[in-house]
Amino acid sequence: MELETAPTPKKALTMAEYRSDYFADWCPGCGDFGIMTAIQMALTELQLPPHRTVIFSGIGCSGKTPHMINVNGIHTLHGRTLPFAIGAKLANPELEVIAAGGDGDGLGIGAGHFVNTGRRNIDLTYLIHDNGVYGLTKGQASPTLELGLKVKAIPKPNINAAINPVAIALASGYTFIARSYSYDVRHLKDTIKKAIQHHGLALVIIQQPCPTYNDINTKEWYGGEDRIDPKTGKPTPRLYKLEETGYDGVVRKPEEAFQKYIVALTKAQEWGDKIPMGVFYQNELVPTYEERISQRIPSYIQNPPSKQVISDASGNPITNIRKMLNELKVTGG
Amino acid sequence: MAGGPQGSGIDSAANIFGRACCYGGLHVYGKREYHSNIKGLHSYFHIRVSKKEVFADLDRVDLLCTFDAESVVRHIFEVTPGGGVIVDKDALPVRIDSIQPLTPPFRMEFQKTLQQRGIKAETVNDLLNERKKDNVRTYTVPYMDVIKEVAGAIHEEKLSKLTRMINVLALGVSFGLLSYDKAPVEKAIRMIFGDKPKVVDMNLIALDKAYGYASRTFSGDFGYKLETVPTTEERIFLQGTQSVALGKLVGGLRFQTYYPITPAADESEYLEENEILEVASGQGNGSILIMQTEDEIAAINMASGAALTGVRAATATSGPGFSLMVEGLGWAGNNEVPVVVTYYQRGAPSTGLPTRHGQGDLQFSIHASHGEFPRIILSSGDIGECFYDGARAFNYAERYQTPVIHLIDKALANSNKSYRMFDPSLVKIERGQLMSEADVRGKEKEYKRFQFTESGVSPRLPLGTPGVFFWATGDEHDEWGHISEEPVNRTLMYEKRMRKLDLADREIPIEERINFFGDSDATATIVSWGSPKGAIIEAMDRLRQEGHKMNFIQVRMPLPLPKQYLTEKLSKAQKKIIVEGNYNAQLARVIREETGITMDYFVLKWNGRPMSADEVYEALKLIMQEKAPKRQVLTHGT
Repeated sequence: MELETAPTPKKALTMAEYRSDYFADWCPGCGDFGIMTAIQMALTELQLPPHRTVIFSGIGCSGKTPHMINVNGIHTLHGRTLPFAIGAKLANPELEVIAAGGDGDGLGIGAGHFVNTGRRNIDLTYLIHDNGVYGLTKGQASPTLELGLKVKAIPKPNINAAINPVAIALASGYTFIARSYSYDVRHLKDTIKKAIQHHGLALVIIQQPCPTYNDINTKEWYGGEDRIDPKTGKPTPRLYKLEETGYDGVVRKPEEAFQKYIVALTKAQEWGDKIPMGVFYQNELVPTYEERISQRIPSYIQNPPSKQVISDASGNPITNIRKMLNELKVTGG
Repeated sequence: MAGGPQGSGIDSAANIFGRACCYGGLHVYGKREYHSNIKGLHSYFHIRVSKKEVFADLDRVDLLCTFDAESVVRHIFEVTPGGGVIVDKDALPVRIDSIQPLTPPFRMEFQKTLQQRGIKAETVNDLLNERKKDNVRTYTVPYMDVIKEVAGAIHEEKLSKLTRMINVLALGVSFGLLSYDKAPVEKAIRMIFGDKPKVVDMNLIALDKAYGYASRTFSGDFGYKLETVPTTEERIFLQGTQSVALGKLVGGLRFQTYYPITPAADESEYLEENEILEVASGQGNGSILIMQTEDEIAAINMASGAALTGVRAATATSGPGFSLMVEGLGWAGNNEVPVVVTYYQRGAPSTGLPTRHGQGDLQFSIHASHGEFPRIILSSGDIGECFYDGARAFNYAERYQTPVIHLIDKALANSNKSYRMFDPSLVKIERGQLMSEADVRGKEKEYKRFQFTESGVSPRLPLGTPGVFFWATGDEHDEWGHISEEPVNRTLMYEKRMRKLDLADREIPIEERINFFGDSDATATIVSWGSPKGAIIEAMDRLRQEGHKMNFIQVRMPLPLPKQYLTEKLSKAQKKIIVEGNYNAQLARVIREETGITMDYFVLKWNGRPMSADEVYEALKLIMQEKAPKRQVLTHGT
């Protein structure tokens, strides 16, 4: 008699298992803690296998994030997070790729990659930690700091105007664009999950106080503690949730795409007294880069670059270039 | 030699001419020179044809085939006595001072030449008449009349459409003059325009008319004949960029990034044309992914990102692009990523001479990046080496888990050559300590990407290996890949990386790092690297035939430099001669730094043109006759 055994159900990974032992050396009150926690929560809820998940990061405080998480973590160069992430994702499209970097990293030194990645719609998630300053170099103005603001460590008010990452992402072709907040971990976790599950290139801009160097866009500022409602005696938060206003940025039919794009672009202009959070725009009807490659290389998904065998057991190459050589052939044979 | 304005079909003419000669069993070495310009500026190709294999360009021009007046002016004094010039009837009355693209520096030089020769020439015709004194024959062709004849034959009224065929007309006249068999030329035309049957037919008619015109009109006048030679040897005709691409494919390249740049982009485009690969049966369908990136910074980092997944990844660029890649190169070095950079040198610095030759980036390749890390540098000397080195670069990159820079130069990239059929079976694939899931089964949690080992090489797992995850960082790191600024770890990790270079130095056989040619009991030893190889061997062989005992050490691996070998050979050498394409004699400096040995003679060149066998011969001869200054600067080429 044979014993029939049911397959052992795979034990779900706990959030503790997604946490590494590496000491998180951010300043007390840093928004990076909230972002790290939200990523760990999203990974846990999605049960992403650590071996198949890779977090790429740039340079700066946010760049340290992958070290705190028990999945593959590749801490790259300042501004170059996206090229590294793209290389790995396209060489092995089975990987679940998350790129994380600061506002200076992605919108300053890496701005060229930020824009050009939009052209490709690769199925990966990009998180921008946006605190308006370069923290690790002691508080210089970043590309998202508004004109004329004088945050703590800069000697003179900011002489550069801020750029609008949501608008740039829209214009560049990102197919999922959302904003969230490091102190609303639940909203952030949900947004990151949506971004990961999005079929295509997803961007989450995460507003994040820098308690050490940005003394203007603080937790209290985002919370509107300077704006007490005389009726209720409570602060009027600057951040509000698009979902709660009936806003729907999801494109479901091709003919909706332009209208939703324009609405999102308009919404993207809101800043200061009212800052929208949530999904500005999502369009899964745009072919991903992986699908575009598959049009040209039909075997791409099932036999991507990283899975291809290149030699036999004795180390002899198995690539047959005979056809190419024959085109070049001029005599003999 | 054939010259004309860019955009007039010089490239296809070069290809058709070269192939036609090859089909006839002849060997070909073809040099292409062109401006950084799309249309209108002068370009030319210079093809050397021989029964024996040829590896270098010569100065002499036996037949100058011109598409326009400027080409006559630029090259008239290169034509050898007894040679010929094919010229358009309409070009004869053109005044030299009316040819706008002739630049002020050219005009100054040209005036000097005319003065030296005691010549007064105002028109193209004056120049040709002057050269008749040296028995340089002029073959005037009324191109417009021949075009009208072609138009009649194919019932095409719009002549402007047909003027594009002037290149094939020029070829037809050339081959007619040389009494060469028409069949191989027709075959070449079919091959080049193969996908457009109408164009093939038009061009075959054009060839026929031009060939017929030349045979009838100039019958027996020209002193040179070109004859086919029977051969059974299997040969290919290709340029350096194709050779590198083929080598990389056989070597297992499956992911390549690039940003458009001359002359490197040709390689990536050729790969993209052939992105679907044939592989041994049972291995699924092969393919290579070519990524055109937004800049070279993205190019190298995307290649490194890909390499982390275990794929053989590379990028191809030229000097300005490599300058942008430097930070990424350091990241790959620090994270022990096997990424290959194929580096096509050109005239530099800055934009320099974007379409011209240069060999000034050896020391840059050795030192590029802040800080120190091991790297391997290969330098190919001819089109065949481009193929085999192109494949081998990946073995070094994976065995030593470090970036490999494969140095090529413009002369190799853009010269076309007949070569015996490559033998892919000579390529072996060695992946070093690349592990798989099975190697870590049961020990997944213990895996340390940067584990300290005696050799310095740590077992490498691709991203995505089941059960395993790891970290990497551009910061100094511990064995797990976490940031660490601790001094003890720093010392150990730094040494671990650097040890790999000693390992490479010990393991890589000298045959892969050095080529040696010539006499063992020589009175002079030449040292060089890269494309001067062909010119040096030919020049040296001429001198050896004249009774000089000489040898030549070609350095194929400048890093790690084969110190012991060079010390042994050079400490015994009587006259030590360096030949290279830069101002500072960079390889000589590297050799002095590594061995303490100083060269006795320097033969250098940086005018943007490759070395010809003739000028190398002249320079070496002066040295052998004890008449040479310590430093000779070569200046040939137009």
